[in-house]
Order: sequence, then structure tokens, then C-alpha cells
Amino acid sequence: MTRVIQGLVMCTLLAATGCSSLGVKPWERELLAREDMLMDADALDLAFDEHIYFSKEASSGGQGFAGGGCGCN
Amino acid sequence: MQLSNKNIAGLLSAATCSLLGASAQAEEGDWDIDTAFLYYSESDDRVEAFEPVVSATKDLGDDESLSMKLVLDSLTGASASGAVPSTQVQTFTRPSGNGSYTVQPNETPLDDTFKDTRVSYSMNWEKPIDRNNRRNLGFNVSTEYDFTSVSGNAMWQRDTNQKNTTWSYGFNLELDEIDPVGGAPEPLTSMNAQDKAGTDSRTVLDFLFGVTQVIDRSSLFQVNLSLSEADGYMTDPYKFVSVVDNSGEPIDQLFESRPDSRSRQSIYARYKKMLSNKDIFTASYRFMTDDWGVDSNTLDFTYRFNFSGGYYLQPRLRWYDQTEADFYRYFLLSGESPDYASADYRLGEMEATTVGVKFGRNIDEQHAWSFRLELYEQTGDSSPSEAFGQLAQQDLYPTLEATIVQFNYSFRW
Repeated sequence: MTRVIQGLVMCTLLAATGCSSLGVKPWERELLAREDMLMDADALDLAFDEHIYFSKEASSGGQGFAGGGCGCN
Repeated sequence: MQLSNKNIAGLLSAATCSLLGASAQAEEGDWDIDTAFLYYSESDDRVEAFEPVVSATKDLGDDESLSMKLVLDSLTGASASGAVPSTQVQTFTRPSGNGSYTVQPNETPLDDTFKDTRVSYSMNWEKPIDRNNRRNLGFNVSTEYDFTSVSGNAMWQRDTNQKNTTWSYGFNLELDEIDPVGGAPEPLTSMNAQDKAGTDSRTVLDFLFGVTQVIDRSSLFQVNLSLSEADGYMTDPYKFVSVVDNSGEPIDQLFESRPDSRSRQSIYARYKKMLSNKDIFTASYRFMTDDWGVDSNTLDFTYRFNFSGGYYLQPRLRWYDQTEADFYRYFLLSGESPDYASADYRLGEMEATTVGVKFGRNIDEQHAWSFRLELYEQTGDSSPSEAFGQLAQQDLYPTLEATIVQFNYSFRW
């Protein structure tokens, strides 16, 4: 398990180094700041989905935490 | 480039807005209220759920916010018990041990005592630490008739690279208390023995590590790695595994048994892109694996058509597949005594698709509504190769179909 975590951290660091050339200047964020471009847009929809799929499938989480907080699975 | 005052305000708020944070447009003291109502209904009179939600977020100024959410969840209907169909009428003892219900020949046994109301309350407090760091503390409590859950979480988000990269580090600790109707059954004992006693508990510890990266003016990419460790009572106290004789007829029903720990790892990636016509395309993928033998893939696509007047239409396609848990069994043969066995369809090999559409309107900066309609279908192997005798004639993994209807209304107060 420790090796897996170390590997994942290394991969992410490498990816992040590669990402340093990406991005925009602060004044180029007009589109990214729109509400519909936020990563957590539709938060209630997401919460419903997490609850439904937690109850019907063997997987949960990923976007957020995996614990369901309900007795449905 | 000429800038109007409105543009300048937009650019300034954009410049200070974090990648993951909420909209920067709310003013100090405002409450953003989000309300929603979900109706979920499965085919063949299985589960039906009504779920109203209200969420309120107060802007405390300087990017600090406090949010609260209340969820009511009312469930009725019937749920597949795990037992196999038979050519004979089958009689099952109710979970309480008092009374029984019968299942007609060649029908999938459903436990019709499925009825519960859940109340869930959560709070979240987000506060900047300095220009590039934020922390988020959350608390959740959820109660239903036979289950209580309390959890707390903390998340630290760090912006680097001119706020083009956001690093997230979080954990969540959940404590669950399970108080099954009639008591927690002794695993793999006969339904007829009703060998049940007391309550049980489990803890779930989650870690999440994520990176969100701005690619260019109109696209973002996110990767999350998650680890989840659950310890304690993981068995479903209401599920059975049938023991069958050499003609495939069930001769006994055992309470299922699952391991008392589970380790899950997942990687989740999402890409979001605004096209030149302001439509938005989102794609996500999740791979999850656990030490129960379940591997799953989830693909999710949405395309948001943005129209004038704040209207939008958003079709969605979700596809999911999973392998079965190592201890998943359609049934047990007479004389078998495995350590663990579950016939819960949610641990079987399956595929699922969701097709839907969302239609809504952002009326102005303070009011919005939307309507969502989705159809969910889950299919597994109805005629597995191990089925024999009368079992070969039965549908051992009935297709599950569900309709999801949701209405949202948001306003600022």
C-alpha cells in the first residue's frame, strides 16, 4: 500500500511539473469564473447522484469522500 | 481592448476567485439558498424515494463562508433480498422475527418491509488562511430508523502557479451505528433460527488528494486520488443467500456474511471545457478498486447548451461497470460453508447506464431553477453458467430500471 501511495504521489508531482507551463494570467479568467464553469457547479445534483449510486452500486466517492452516511449499502 | 465597468468588475472577481471556490459574486451577509426535490422510482414496485433538500450558504466576507444543509429522505417499496426464485411458493420471516411474507413461484424474492425515513444535517465552514491557502471544515449527522452516522472532515486547498494549480488534501472520518430491526443476525445462520443480537458499528476513514489545473482560458482538468478504509460491520442484516438442493430448489435461507474491513482506492479525472459558442462540455472518468475484488469504471459526459435569456439544456450520459466481489454468490450448494457469502445484487458483476437531460434557467444573479429527468438501467448476468436445475429457468439478476426526477430552485436572501 505504501508503495502504491508513493507511486501515485510521484506521478502527480511529475504531472504538476509538466503543468507549470499551463494556465492563464489573472486577467484571462472571465470564462473560468463563470458559475457554470466552476468544478463544484450543480452541487445538489452531485449529492443526489452520490446518494443514488452509493445505494445501487459497489463504488462511491472519487469526486468527494466515499463514505455514504446512510444505511442503504 | 475596451472595458466597461461591468467587465472590470467581472475580471477583478475572476482574478481573485479560486478554481474550486464558490461564486465570487455573493456579497457579505447574503444567504444563498438552494432548494431541491428528488423523486426516485424503480420499476416493478421496488424502491420509491422522495427527497427534499435545502441548503443555505452565508457569505461571511473575505471569501469566508458557512453553509448548512438539511436532507429528508423518505423510502418505501421493496428491495431484492438476495434469495433465489423457486418453482414453489416461498415464505420468509420478517426482519423483526414477527410475521412472514410469501413470494409467488418464479418471482424474485423482494423484502416488502422496506420503509425508512432519513434525516441528514451537514455544516461546512470555509475560510482562507492566507492569499493562497484555504481550509474547509465539515460536519455531518444522519439518522434513520436503524442507522446513525456521524462524520467530520477537513480539507486544505493550496493555490500555486498564479492560482492556476490548486492542490487539495482532505480526510473524512465517519462513525456508523447499525441497529438492525430484530438485532444483527449471526452471519450465515438460517433465517429460521433467528439468531440475532444487538447493535453493531463501523468506522470509515477517507483520504483525498487532488489537483485541479487551469489549462487555458476555457478549460480545466482535475485529478483526485482517494483512499478509503472501512472497519467494522459491513454486512447487510436484511440480505439472504439461498442454499439450494441438487435440483436447484432453495431449501434454506442464510443471513449473508461480509468481511469486517474494506480498503478502496480510486482515481478520478475530470475535464471541463467551454466552447467558443459558450456551450460547456464535461467528461469524467473514475477507476475504483478494492480488496473485496470489486473493480469499477465510471464514465460520465455532459454537454450544456447555453441559450440566451439564461436558459440551458444539458444532456447527460453515464456508463458504469463493475466486477463482482470475491464472495458474491448467486446461491450456495447444500453442505458448503464459506467464510463469506453475499447474494446482494450490488456486489455482483453488472453494467449500468444513465441517460438524462437537465433543463433550466439562470433568471438573474440571484434566482435560478432547473429540472432534471434521468433514466437509470442496471443489468447483470441473468443466466449465469453456474445455474442448474430449476435455477437455469429463472432470472437470477433482474434488470433494474429507475426514473430520477429532480427540481431545483435557488435564490439569494
